[in-house]
Amino acid sequence: MSVGFIMMCHTALDRAAQVARHWARHDCPVVIHVDRRVKRRAYDKLVSDLADLDNVQFSARFSCEWGTWGLVAATQSAAELMVQRFSGVGHVFLASGSCLPLRPIEELVSYLAERSQTDFIESVTTEDVGWTIGGLDIERFTLRFPFSWRKQRRLFDGYVRLQRRIGLRRRIPAGVIPHLGSQWWCLTRKTLAAILTSPDREAHDHYFRRVWIPDESYFQTLVRLFSSRIESRSLTLSKFDFQGKPHVFYDDHLQLLRRSDCFVARKIWPHADKLYRAFLTGDSNGQPMAEPNAGKIDRLFAKAIERRTKGRGGLYMQSRFPKPSWENGKTAAAYSVFQGFNDLFEDFDEWLAKVSGARVHGHLFAPERAEFADGQTVYSGGLPDSAAVRDYNAKSFLTNLIWNTRGERQCFQFGPRDLQSINPFIATDPNAQISVISGAWAVPLFYSSQDASEVRKEAAVMQRIEVEHLKLLRSSPVKARVRIWTMAEFIDSPMEPLQTIVDEISPRAMRRLAEAPRMADLEGFGQFLQSLRNQGMQPTLMGDFPVSDDERRTSTPRVRPYLVK
Amino acid sequence: MSIFSRYMLRLERKRWRIRAFRKRRELKPVVSRVSLISPGDILLFSTLRNERVRLPYLLRYYRDLGVDHFLFVDNGSDDGTREYLSRQPDVSVWGTNHSYKRSRFGVDWLMWLQSKYGHGHWTLCVDADEFFVYPFCDTRPMRALTDWLDASSIKAFSAMLLDMYPKGPIDAQPYVEGHDPFEIAAYFDSGNYLISRNGLYGNLWIQGGPRARTFFTDKPERAPALNKIPLVKWDRDYAYVRSTHMLLPRGLNLVYDDWGGEKASGCLLHAKFLDTFTAKALEELQRRQHYADSHEYKSYKSGMNAHPDLWCKWSEKYINWRQLEILGLMSKGNWA
Repeated sequence: MSVGFIMMCHTALDRAAQVARHWARHDCPVVIHVDRRVKRRAYDKLVSDLADLDNVQFSARFSCEWGTWGLVAATQSAAELMVQRFSGVGHVFLASGSCLPLRPIEELVSYLAERSQTDFIESVTTEDVGWTIGGLDIERFTLRFPFSWRKQRRLFDGYVRLQRRIGLRRRIPAGVIPHLGSQWWCLTRKTLAAILTSPDREAHDHYFRRVWIPDESYFQTLVRLFSSRIESRSLTLSKFDFQGKPHVFYDDHLQLLRRSDCFVARKIWPHADKLYRAFLTGDSNGQPMAEPNAGKIDRLFAKAIERRTKGRGGLYMQSRFPKPSWENGKTAAAYSVFQGFNDLFEDFDEWLAKVSGARVHGHLFAPERAEFADGQTVYSGGLPDSAAVRDYNAKSFLTNLIWNTRGERQCFQFGPRDLQSINPFIATDPNAQISVISGAWAVPLFYSSQDASEVRKEAAVMQRIEVEHLKLLRSSPVKARVRIWTMAEFIDSPMEPLQTIVDEISPRAMRRLAEAPRMADLEGFGQFLQSLRNQGMQPTLMGDFPVSDDERRTSTPRVRPYLVK
Repeated sequence: MSIFSRYMLRLERKRWRIRAFRKRRELKPVVSRVSLISPGDILLFSTLRNERVRLPYLLRYYRDLGVDHFLFVDNGSDDGTREYLSRQPDVSVWGTNHSYKRSRFGVDWLMWLQSKYGHGHWTLCVDADEFFVYPFCDTRPMRALTDWLDASSIKAFSAMLLDMYPKGPIDAQPYVEGHDPFEIAAYFDSGNYLISRNGLYGNLWIQGGPRARTFFTDKPERAPALNKIPLVKWDRDYAYVRSTHMLLPRGLNLVYDDWGGEKASGCLLHAKFLDTFTAKALEELQRRQHYADSHEYKSYKSGMNAHPDLWCKWSEKYINWRQLEILGLMSKGNWA
């Protein structure tokens, strides 16, 4: 017994002819259906091209608009021709004009000969399919679809809505249980003949004529009535993208297609010369008979779908610019923002870089310039340190930095002097880890030699800005990991919070901190705060500092605090 | 978007088309081989001036990609550009000595040619120093891309301008006719692009790259735009609004996904920063025919004297499109 191929063609007829010739030469009869909408001249050329092959036949032509009955009618008439004309055919394989056999015909013939009673057709109940487009599955069978989906989309959708609303239903014929599946099947002669010669055929045809996309359901449903053995899978390798459109194979898929071990693939780009050459001329290269395994190449296409629907989180580029809250990651990786730390500690940057192994920048949003690590003027990806460029689009600046340094944790300092307009973005970014020692901005003022009234003025500005920022960080839409200490709290027991922060940056290190950064000398700081108060300003963010240093000195002597292990 | 602003955009589009129609008289055919254009051909449109040295490689590059016919507007070249192009079998040339600036930097002229010869074709609008790169361009011809775009009902394909530059002073290595300019200008900035969205036209506005990094650090808002939509299935109703940065109707500008996914996109490798640049900059400064009073060229001039080198330690050396994809400068989208 051999295999007969039905080819449904509408474009690239020269390729179809090439494939038909290949099959016919290997003693597999071919029945070709050409879409009625194809021009007469192109059709005649195809017929004359294949005139020398007596096992190639042309069936009656139907107009095959996508989703309509024409495709099924065309398949039926081609199948009838196949069954009548070629008695030696055991299985009938439905293929399209853009299909390409990937394995030698003999392998397919012997594969099917070993499974002479098996029908290979994907046939799944409507409850179990996950791939229908437009949310229509069982409704394909119960509603009416007199309008074209392609050309009259509004009428199509409107009529569907109307039928849903008034509860208009078609009755499914008795004995028919709707099934769906890929339209590319391979049925035994027996099953196919049974479907075509069934006494109920007229009733079935009448019903399916008004079902939507009947080529995905007619044979898939009826096969359940007549088949003795169904393998619910297609022998044709066919991949669909997120819109339900088949992926096309090109020359660079050659190795991939070889590895799939499938018998036939669709759809092939008509100009993929290398594929046609490789698969139509290659002989059996003596490889062992492998079971078709499309799974091997699924990954590639699954990735394409994911890229198209979810994209790479944290990437903003010419063809991916998500609207707020659709970013799927506002930034590409976790990063840490420190506020007040390098005011309070003299060597915080170096210390943090050493203990955490992360990249520690200075004030990236400083008014003068972006203080990249190690005093660099240009940073990863070509980011300039110009404050004007950064402020022109601060969000892009930050997302670029995090994207460009994927794989390396970024930390930077922040403070009330810096550009504040970036705060809402950072605060709502789950990747951000924000640690604030409130009021620590007063330490540099405490050290400065400016005169008292200037210091007071600046302190008031700083405080106002930081209060705003803290209010934002404590508000409800915040997604960042936020920790806030007052300065007084923090210097009371600095090691614990520092340990937490470092653990979060490098969770795998799990080391106890042996050394803390060097704290600024705060002798007289209480007095300094009191003098601000005396000037009429109320410093509130630092926490509770006694005016005289005596009390504090007894509890926290000014040495590097060491942790007792 | 209100009906009113939609209507205003419609009027704007009509205005651009009328403008292009009126500018048609400025074009005089030099050699017309448009009868060779058959349906479905991919067409390339370009305005140029004194680019003779670049032409052999340019034509070879795009012929290899599968461009079927070239339509050039020669804006008063005197270096043999016009003669060279006239000899090519797949090229049609129009000449003009009218103002480049007043034809909206060549766009009016090209739009007229596009509406006349490009209707229903995939048209690629590029300058002589822009080289189109798209996903799989090393294994699949442009026809594969346009077939896929057709099948996906996509009408416009974006390709961001990627400024390429050499390591060292840009005029250190002379460009030799017929050679790949990216053998010299092999470097680019991988991640300093600033993006914002234009609410009226719906397009993205992208600035950045080495030019913003070196010439425009104090006035980034004036840095040149890098967003481009050069490949369009042209319809005579379409109009380019500003160079090839944006189009009308607005739907054509939605070349990006705003639900988190990535659409397919390419890049235009920009071979501007070669030794030819200094002479060109000086000439353009005198002609004052470029965008915003050649402001760009003025900045280059002062920038070129202070920083003759665009290269920095973070510059990335160009390998292929896959590298650009990984860096996030372009995307395969769901083309696999």
